[in-house]
Amino acid sequence: MTNGAGTVAAQRAEPRQEAPGKRRPSERARAERRLGWLLCAPAVLIMAAVTAYPILNAVVLSLQRADLRFPGNNEFVGLRNYGDVLSSNLWWQDLANTAIIMVASVAIELVIGMLLAIVMQRAIFGRGPIRAVILIPYGIITVVAALAWKYAWAADTGFVPSLLNLSSDPLTSHDSAMLVIILTEVWKTTPFMALLLLAGLALVPDELHEAARVDGASTWQRFWRITIPMMMPAILVALLFRALDAFRVFDSVFILTRGANETESVSILGYNQLITRLNLGIGSAVSVLIFICVALIAVVFLKGFGRTMRQRQV
Amino acid sequence: MRRNVRQVGFWSAANLAVFAFALIPVLWIISLSLKGPKDFSDRKFLPANPSLDNYDGIFKDSQFTHALLNSIGISLIATLIAVVLGSMAAYALARLQFGGKTLILSSALAIAMFPPIAIIGPIFNIWRNVGLYDTWPGLIIPYMTFTLPLAIYTLSAFFREIPWELEQAAQVDGATPFQAFRKVIVPLAAPGVFTTAILVFIFAWNDFLFAISLTSTDKSRTVPAALAFFTGDTQFSQPVGSIAAAAVVVTIPVIIMVLIFQRRIVAGLTAGAVKG
Repeated sequence: MTNGAGTVAAQRAEPRQEAPGKRRPSERARAERRLGWLLCAPAVLIMAAVTAYPILNAVVLSLQRADLRFPGNNEFVGLRNYGDVLSSNLWWQDLANTAIIMVASVAIELVIGMLLAIVMQRAIFGRGPIRAVILIPYGIITVVAALAWKYAWAADTGFVPSLLNLSSDPLTSHDSAMLVIILTEVWKTTPFMALLLLAGLALVPDELHEAARVDGASTWQRFWRITIPMMMPAILVALLFRALDAFRVFDSVFILTRGANETESVSILGYNQLITRLNLGIGSAVSVLIFICVALIAVVFLKGFGRTMRQRQV
Repeated sequence: MRRNVRQVGFWSAANLAVFAFALIPVLWIISLSLKGPKDFSDRKFLPANPSLDNYDGIFKDSQFTHALLNSIGISLIATLIAVVLGSMAAYALARLQFGGKTLILSSALAIAMFPPIAIIGPIFNIWRNVGLYDTWPGLIIPYMTFTLPLAIYTLSAFFREIPWELEQAAQVDGATPFQAFRKVIVPLAAPGVFTTAILVFIFAWNDFLFAISLTSTDKSRTVPAALAFFTGDTQFSQPVGSIAAAAVVVTIPVIIMVLIFQRRIVAGLTAGAVKG
């Protein structure tokens, strides 16, 4: 019960105690409201200035022919940039790659993460050290993780190809390069998934398991009928966070392949257009499309999340 | 007894698997950093003739030392600002009654899910026009923005836990409001603030997209960007050893931090995320 304390605690504390002296006339309430907004203002203003304004700016730029190599030649072109992007094979190829990386890595992470969470919760010894080492991949810089995997798999420096008796460099063909990208993502981010799932596991009361065991349920049955349904909210949150994160995949692709052999992700595409080619118009159209994809994924998850929460009526 | 032996065996295997999962890539990059130029292509996991030459090399390379200083400075300043602003907002959200809380929390959540690539173009453009391109503030501003949601969520989860009545109690016992705050509230809030600072620091230390998009020289390029830059320019003579050594140098502090503050990090991560 000690870990995931934040979670349990946050839920328990939900009905906040009224601060003493709260019920005084509205003068005091108004002062409190003012102070509340004053304290939140800097954070809110910065977040709005650095995200809301640029995204609106990106929408405007995506409707223009805007190229930093020819400044001052901006011209309103309507939806033509979107037409160009959506009719190019590259966009759909990159979107497919990104979707494959997202679905495959999140699916593998869910399984490994669940196993790790169970080991962290149930191991009869060594729980402390396990919980510590599992944080190492989480703490490591993604670029460093990707470099470690790259040098391990590359034919000239790596120990993996000879270990697996590979005849060619796995990073030079599409399928195997995608696999290495996915494995790198899995290694780096499974610990985060595992910790969220561990917090969810801590919410499943032991008495339920005891009762089911007395009634003759097998370990397997208890896992599927009790553990999984009870921790569904935690699973959905973990999946949502990881899916959105995986959709933005950039660092590991950049380091492992730079998008070679058709392994480009949509974020790499956006980066290439915006920063390498300085084509703000096309690049912004890509950016806005990525933003829409992320928003759609979030909406789908939150809908599913709302449904489970309602069914559960916590 | 037999069952016990079997259990011990089972959990030993499970623990070993977890250790192998977490550590093999780390041990590999350490081993690579200890290899000499002749041994990079020997396809062996362990270095044949371990030496620290690569480390000597990178600390003499101003590209790396500059990047290291930039990384440390930028990450620390971004952490400091994000934690201060995040604490103010989290205090208000956890303790005060005012309209619009849900709005603030949900927009923070939206930003936590926001794809940075969607704003990199405009930011790049604006930064070049206002002179923030390739400067420390040019990276500090996006880092604190993208960590503020994390800071606000984690801190408000922690602040809700603090028994604020103690402050009142201390004042009743004769403490001045400032004493009550400093002697009672600060010690109670410190662990949460500290945990949040670690998480924010890890985010800033880790970032790559902003770092390669918004910098161009040693002046403000951080370590992740410098590592990629090392790799990029010469396809055939990749300084594998230097890259591996640099990677180890920037990884060690994080590993130490993570091992020492393991409990706090776990509590912070789950508090911030699951609360959403």
